[in-house]
This record gives sequence, structure tokens and C-alpha cells, in this order.
Amino acid sequence: MVGLPSRHRSLFLLIGVVLLQVLLLAVQIKRDSQGRLIRVWTVSAVSPVERSGAWGIGKIRDAWRHYFALSDTARQNEQLQRENGELKLEIMQLQGKSAEADRLASLLNFKQKQAKVPMVVARVIGSSADPNSNVIYIDQGQRDGIRRNMGVITPEGVVGKVIESYRDASQVLLVTDRDSGVGAMIADSRIQSPVGGTGEPLLNMKYVGNDDEVAVGARVVTSGMDRIFPKDLPVGVITLVKPGGQYKQIRVKPSASLEKLEEVIVLLTTDPVVLKQEPAPQAGNTSTAPAPGNSKPQSTSTATTAKPTDKRP
Amino acid sequence: MNETYDLRVGESHIEVHKFHAGTILVSLLFAVVLQSFLPVYISKAGILDLPLLITIYFGLSRRNPSSGLLLGTIIGLLQDSLSKTPLGLFGIAKTVIGYLASSIGARLDTEHPAARFALTAAFFVLHQGIVILIQKLLLAQPQSWFTMRMLVACLVNSTLGVFLYYFLDRLRKS
Repeated sequence: MVGLPSRHRSLFLLIGVVLLQVLLLAVQIKRDSQGRLIRVWTVSAVSPVERSGAWGIGKIRDAWRHYFALSDTARQNEQLQRENGELKLEIMQLQGKSAEADRLASLLNFKQKQAKVPMVVARVIGSSADPNSNVIYIDQGQRDGIRRNMGVITPEGVVGKVIESYRDASQVLLVTDRDSGVGAMIADSRIQSPVGGTGEPLLNMKYVGNDDEVAVGARVVTSGMDRIFPKDLPVGVITLVKPGGQYKQIRVKPSASLEKLEEVIVLLTTDPVVLKQEPAPQAGNTSTAPAPGNSKPQSTSTATTAKPTDKRP
Repeated sequence: MNETYDLRVGESHIEVHKFHAGTILVSLLFAVVLQSFLPVYISKAGILDLPLLITIYFGLSRRNPSSGLLLGTIIGLLQDSLSKTPLGLFGIAKTVIGYLASSIGARLDTEHPAARFALTAAFFVLHQGIVILIQKLLLAQPQSWFTMRMLVACLVNSTLGVFLYYFLDRLRKS
């Protein structure tokens, strides 16, 4: 910078720094690498803070639920006897914990039913720093056996897939992200088509022809063709069907509550697996015959080993 | 060393503010961590861009284009590394914003809340423009230039910025 007029120094610095970053972008695109080292450093530095933040918020929330949120109740109870008040407080504390217990019990129940499928339960500790991407961080990483491209689910349905795993944390791309895609099919008619994220809360079912019969309310399940998710896991429910140019425009509401994820299950394998089927809920206003795939026992392992060719041309 | 000093631009004198040791670093880390952490508990918080607000504030206050752009680079790269975006996307956008904020801060007095609101809104739009431009040109990702969400985000961030800057003003050396 010596010899440059001082007022131009910062401009040259700006040009230099921007060019360096453009080069960095170009290198990542060319080599398909994502600057893993810098990400590892940042995530390693930030995930302990997020972990302790999640712990702290959990404690504050517990305190809020168990004490402060009861201030109105406490005021109403002022005229009641002390013993009665203590009992009510205790009941509220138990109610506060029961919601968490229900969630964990449902995860445990799911895990026990699928004892042969390696999986691990993880807590959500963070989300993407980019407001436009649907990414979360979970508190389990390579030490717990998590690798890239492993499926992430809840008992309610598909959540997403692991796109990066670090020592003690992993990054999960949610199905609602516009870069996300899941091999899927309509449960009743078995029409196959990938389902992709749009960046919005609803998913998009892409390649269902205008001639195919599709009803609003029909359940969408995984096809197993993407070799990430086992066959017949719930993906969502069709909420909108419109005729399009070549294919129908179909919107799908995800089965899993992606807005309020707290715990998830990571399938610890990228090999095809077969999950034991939960009894399927009755679809809203679907009027077709019972789903053949749901009435049968597991005869799905052959499909999961097939190549991922569920994209219709 | 004086804790504040004056930039002489034409006939006007614009004060350059200094902060207690570690204030910028702590604010920077706090913004990046909160940006990643908050939406887990409050899904609507995803609309905020705290790293951008921090870049703008310290750019406007420090009024040194070199340090402003370097601060923007660091915050942007940290934000990139906590996202799935390629490293450099937010880095470039925040570098430019850091530079412009410091350059404008050195020419205008930007202490009034209305001026801060307007500047934050303008920088937010410019930041989004740069990000979308990079996504379209360099990454070949289809993006729309304008969405309602973007407009709401602009207003929310600008409003939050006014309050956040007021709080950060308390951290200045008096």
C-alpha cells in the first residue's frame, strides 16, 4: 500500500478483498468443495455456545413455565389454603415436564420399534445463519457415527438429510430448503415423483403428469429411491392440486413439524433400510381404495436397492 | 490517546467513536451466534440479519473504510461458514456494505434515528441486491429480485437497527 494516495488505499483494499472472495467462490464451485476447514473452525467455536445457550434457554423456559407463567394462577390462589396452592404448583410443574416427556416417549417408542435400524436421537441446537436457507444444527456429530447424506426423521415424518458432520455437531438440510429433494410417491396410487423444497413451508411435488388422478388430502410417502430414506415414511399431505403445463402443480404440507423441531432421529446408515410400518392414519378426503403398500407387510427392500430413477423425464 | 477525535470534511467536523476493548469482537460473535441460535426458538426471528446490522453500525461509527470493510468480511465469512452457502457469498456483500457504511459515516453525521433507519433500509436493500446478484451471476441459482418477505425484512431490520444502535451507543467510550 506504500506509495498509494491514502484516500485510495481503502478502495484498493476493497477491490482486493472482494476479488479474493470471488476467487474463493470460484474455487468452491470448480472443486465442489465448501471450505470445510473454515466451517469446521466456526462450527467448533459456535456449537459449544449454542449448546450451552440451548441448555440455558431450557432452564429459563422451565423456570418460566413452572413459576412465572403461573403468576395469574398464583394470584387467584391467594385465597386458597397453602396446601392447595402447593399441590397446584406441583401439578403445573408436572404438566410442564409432561410435554417434553411425551415427545421423548414418542421418539423412544419409535426407536424401540425399529431396534434393528441403527439410529440416534439428537437435539436441535441451532439453525442457519442465512435467513433464506432451511438448515438446522444438531448436537450429535462424527463421534456419534453421523456422516453426510444420512437421513433425519421424526416419528411424524421426514425432516431432511445431514449435509455436513463435525466432531460434536451436524448440519441438516431440511426438506423445505429449495436445494432439498426426497424420492417420494403418493401412498394410495403409488405414483412416484420427487418432492422438493421451495424455501416456503410447503413442498412441491414435481413430476406428476396431468393425466394422473391426484386428490387433495392424499398422503405422500418416501419411495426409497433416493437411497437416503427408507420406503413408506410419511413425507406429507397434498394440500393443493392444479393442472400445469406438462405436469400438475402439487403442493405438499410436510408431516413433520419443521417449524418447532426440538429432537430428531438420525438414521445411522446410508445403506437401504426397511422400517417397521406404523399404522397409517386415515387420509382426509381421499376417496380411493386402501393403499396397497400400507396393507402389505414389508416387501419393500427390493425397491430401496434400486437406482434413484424416480425423476420422470 | 483521545477516546474520540474529529474527521474534518469540508467545513464540518464528524466525530469518530471509539469503543471499549473487545466490544466489536463480542458484538460480532454475539450477532453471529444469535443469528444462528434464535430461529430455533422463535421461527420468525429468521427474518433478522443481525450480522448486517452490526456491520452497518460499526461502519458508521468507526468511519474508517479499511476497518469497516475488513469487519464486514469477517462477519460475512462467519455467517457463510454457519450456513450452507458457499464461503464468500455473504462475505462479499458485507465487505461492500462495511466499506460503504464507513465511507458514508465519514461524510455524514448519522446519529439521528431517522437517518439511521433510512441508511439501514438502504444498506439492507443493497445487501440483498448484492447477494442475489452473486447467486444469479456466479452461482447460477435462480432468485427473484423482490419478494414481500424481503420488504418486511427490510422494515423489521431497519426498525430493530434503530433500537440496537441506541443500545450499542451506550458501549462507546464517553
